[in-house]
Amino acid sequence: MTTITIPRLPAGRTLKLGGSRIVNEVRAYFRQGDSVFFTFLFPLVMLTIFSTAFSNQSFGTDAAGDDVSAAAYYLPGMLAAGLLLSGLQNLAVDIANERSDGTLKRLAGTPLPVVSYFIGKIGQVLVTGAAQAALLLLVAAVAFGVALPTEPTKWFTFAWVFVLGVTTSAVLGIALSRVPRSGKSATAVVIPIVLVLQFISGVYLTFSQLPDWLQNIASVFPLKWMAQGMRAVFLPENFEAAEPGGLWNLEGVALATGIWFVVGLVVCRVTFRWIRKDS
Amino acid sequence: MTPPEPAVSVSDLRKQYGRFSALDGVTFDIHRGETFALLGPNGAGKSTTIEILEGYRDRTSGEASVLGVDPGKGSLDWKAQLGIVLQSTGESGAVTVREQLAHFAGFYPNPRDVEQVIAAVGLEEKASTLIRKLSGGQRRRVDVALGIIGTPALLFLDEPTTGFDPESRRQFWQLITSLKNEGTTILLTTHYLDEAAHLGDRAGIIAGGKLIDIGAIDTIGGADARVPLVRWVDGGVSREQRTTEPSTLVARLVRENGGVELDGLEVVRPSLEDIYLGLVAAYERSVPEPVEGLASTGSANGVAK
Repeated sequence: MTTITIPRLPAGRTLKLGGSRIVNEVRAYFRQGDSVFFTFLFPLVMLTIFSTAFSNQSFGTDAAGDDVSAAAYYLPGMLAAGLLLSGLQNLAVDIANERSDGTLKRLAGTPLPVVSYFIGKIGQVLVTGAAQAALLLLVAAVAFGVALPTEPTKWFTFAWVFVLGVTTSAVLGIALSRVPRSGKSATAVVIPIVLVLQFISGVYLTFSQLPDWLQNIASVFPLKWMAQGMRAVFLPENFEAAEPGGLWNLEGVALATGIWFVVGLVVCRVTFRWIRKDS
Repeated sequence: MTPPEPAVSVSDLRKQYGRFSALDGVTFDIHRGETFALLGPNGAGKSTTIEILEGYRDRTSGEASVLGVDPGKGSLDWKAQLGIVLQSTGESGAVTVREQLAHFAGFYPNPRDVEQVIAAVGLEEKASTLIRKLSGGQRRRVDVALGIIGTPALLFLDEPTTGFDPESRRQFWQLITSLKNEGTTILLTTHYLDEAAHLGDRAGIIAGGKLIDIGAIDTIGGADARVPLVRWVDGGVSREQRTTEPSTLVARLVRENGGVELDGLEVVRPSLEDIYLGLVAAYERSVPEPVEGLASTGSANGVAK
């Protein structure tokens, strides 16, 4: 018998296709009205509400004795919430929908590497998350007069907290997308998780005012650490005393988030399937 | 001279869902460059077969080889040789037809030209439209376009023309004929028997998870099923007779009628659809009593080959 030979695909296409996926994903993201509103603009809407509602209130004073406005106080929390929404909520719902509507089944029948697909999703989250953070900072500074830090070290901290936070959030979103049985149930599974995390992790409520046991529970999850990292960047130095242990604890931020990143990545790689076979 | 390895080879293929046998020992080969039509009623096992061959489902037992590879263990290299048009279309479709095709073209080492594929499926006017804004038939054409964009050696078409208007179907037939001429091997399932007759070289008929017949389109069902039927009206009564020599019969009838034209004369050669319906009906009569959800108690092998 003359046998059939299958030609080998060229090497190095995983990254190239990952890039092509990012372009495709970002384009599709901004064409979905609901994802733009509920994940992209949501933190901005919340920042606007808090800043306006509590505009007469002082949230403490900085070292020079100046009042800290509501906008300045809530900005770090909203940035952290943005990381969670752009990554975890967005991807968990998006991928569950793609599994339901046949997108993943179609991709499964093509020579697209799974890793390229992951790169596309994480890249989409990085791009949209960065745009979201930039918009939040811009509105905070221009509309609400929040003084942004000028020291390069602060921006360096912001950069790594952002990148680590958003990629961790993205891989956790991919991992969580396995849980909903259908695209329709995806929001019902994902939104409560995201909402509870935001309430216990110092996004909407002041973390130091939560009972210790709740703080301890929140400390297991990454959002608390992302919010803490953002506070270290944007709140005055004298606010450090209100943190757990009286420290920003950036090492803890890096370690806890890093562990979640690794765990999420392993779970993704082990559990991700294009389709549920035989369903 | 050694025979070429078949593009698809299936032997005693079985798929069990609990106690239900979706596939009950199916055996067939598809030769390279051939268009093979898999026909059968809904739920007969067509899509189960095709999805096992595409790598989407695991088989319970039996042998399967697709382009020389076990489809349960297909690599990306292998997938690059396949074109898949699934039975159901979906997707949120927030990309345009052209964007989607250009994106998918990038997955393959030797893709077709995007604009040519758009023209081949007749979507030139819709190339810049978001897929979600297309009609069902137009989306189906996008599915077909995505199936052929990678220049597949083997193309799976699972009910590809569902929702097509007659004109689109003819256009699709032309497209498939040109792919055949390029040497593409095609596995087609369809409920349109004229489509199978037009495009197929051979057909397999599947019912109740068994292959009940297989053969060239113009010989399947056997000679008996193809005996032409002569119909005429004799004194207000419809008459019909099967004969292998219809001209002789008609000449005799005219002679007996005193050389006068016969009323309502028809010579009918059974179409693939007639033969198919006959085979499926005969099969259903032969199965004792189909019990819902229970495995049929048939013998191990289909009638194949």
